[in-house]
Formats: sequence, C-alpha cells, structure tokens
Amino acid sequence: MTEFTPISALIGGAFIGLAAVLLMALNGRIAGISGIAGGLLESSSGDRSWRWLFIIGLLAGVVLHELIRPESFALREGYPPLLLVAAGLIVGIGTRMGSGCTSGHGVCGISRFSARSLVATIAFMITAAITVAVVRHGFGVL
Amino acid sequence: MKSIAALIAGALFGLGLAISQMINPLKVLAFLDVLGHWDPSLAFVMGGAIAVTLPGFALLKRWEQPILAPRFQWPQREDIDLRLLTGAGLFGIGWGLAGYCPGPGIAAIALNVRESAFIEPFLFTAAMAVGFLLWPWIDRLLSKRPQK
Repeated sequence: MTEFTPISALIGGAFIGLAAVLLMALNGRIAGISGIAGGLLESSSGDRSWRWLFIIGLLAGVVLHELIRPESFALREGYPPLLLVAAGLIVGIGTRMGSGCTSGHGVCGISRFSARSLVATIAFMITAAITVAVVRHGFGVL
Repeated sequence: MKSIAALIAGALFGLGLAISQMINPLKVLAFLDVLGHWDPSLAFVMGGAIAVTLPGFALLKRWEQPILAPRFQWPQREDIDLRLLTGAGLFGIGWGLAGYCPGPGIAAIALNVRESAFIEPFLFTAAMAVGFLLWPWIDRLLSKRPQK
C-alpha cells in the first residue's frame, strides 16, 4: 500500500515532459525508452553514442535524487525473481512489437495527438490492470 | 554536442522518474491495482508530463529543424493494426507482473547506490534486453507464416 502523492507525481511528470521536449528540440528524437534502449541492441543501428549517454543520464538523474533525498521510499523485498525475468522478457518483446512503451506512446505519442499511441496506451493500461487484478486478487501473489 | 544534449535529457528524465516514484514498483502496482487500495498518483505523472510535452511539441512542430540535428524524427506511422494491439497488450502484462516498464526498470539500477544488493532492476533489465534481442527473430517467424 502506498500514499497518494499528487504533488511529487506532477513535479516528476513535468521533469519527464521537459526531458522529452528538450530531446526533440535539440536532437530531433522522441524520448521513448524502449526505442532508445532497443536501438542499442540492433545491429543496423548506427547512432549508439547518444543512446548510451541518454541511459547514463537516466541513471545519473536517479543517483542525483538519491543524494538529495535518500531513502524517499522503501525498496521492495522478496519479489519472486522468476516473475521478474518473465516480466522483463514480455516487456522487451511487447514494446518492440508494439513500437513503444509508457514514454514513447503514453507521453510523447499522446502529446502528438497520435491515435495509434492513444490506442496502444489504453491497451497496455487495460492489460496491466487486469494482470495485477488476476495475480494479486486471483492468485493472491504479491 | 548531441551526446551532451542526450545526457542532460536523460538526467532530467531519470530525476522525473525518481521524484514521481515511477521507479518504485510498489507505487506502480498500487496505481494499476484498481480493485485494491488504489493509489492514483501515477495518473498525475502522466498528466504532468503531457502538460509540458503537449505545448512543447506544438511549438516544435513550427520549427524548421532541431537545434543540433538536421531534421526532426517525428514518428510517421498512424496505422492501428493487430501487431500494435498485441505488442501493447503484452507489454501491459509484463508491466503489471513486475511493476517496471522500460525506463524505470533501467533507471532503478541506480538505486544500488543506496542498497548495493538490490537485484530486481538488473534481472528485469537483463531479461528485457533478451526480449529486445529475440524480437527480430520472432518478427521473422511471424512474417513467414502464410497470410490468409
């Protein structure tokens, strides 16, 4: 169970939005994480350096936050590793198949008024909610 | 210069994921758990992001070119097909299982500055990388199947 934190959620969201606008204004690229990270593993992809630096920046941002506000939330413990691996695999394949995730479709796509991204966002929100309902309330896991 | 721009954008993105607690899978699952003790916070993350990105992109659409690159690479596809729906649907299942989507999964690796043995984001990210690598192969298999 977690507390409702609308203010920090809005501020954090605004930072994410700012990052997306900045990456487009400067480099002309969409801040879709599955696309940026997936492109690193594509043999045909030539532009790897900015992708790596974006990922390094992503980690640096979290480290910076940890320095300013250490232990702002408790880390999860005891989650079954096998489920994590299964989830990672499904997310990896699904985001490539559906050409995007929460950032590319959910934030950037909706902001471009893309019907394709809106449909994708609704689709993954629904299956995610169903999955949590089934796993948590159906099987009593987690 | 393009690399430095990507580094700064990445850092702002990571900071946003940390401030909003998107990197906390318990927070994410509490948002997705509409039948349980629902925490709507993450809807505000998306709202806050779109509130900045929507007017920002509207402004950039009027620009000739980005500051450091020859052209804007706006996504061109607008078709809604079975692949989009299946892919997005699968992604949602994985997201709901673990509480990590790609950005937070990778970014949470940095939480190891606090707890060096926090293995979750490594496992998730490694498995996701395998999924990325498997996709072209699955794609070929699906394309080979005769179309009706």
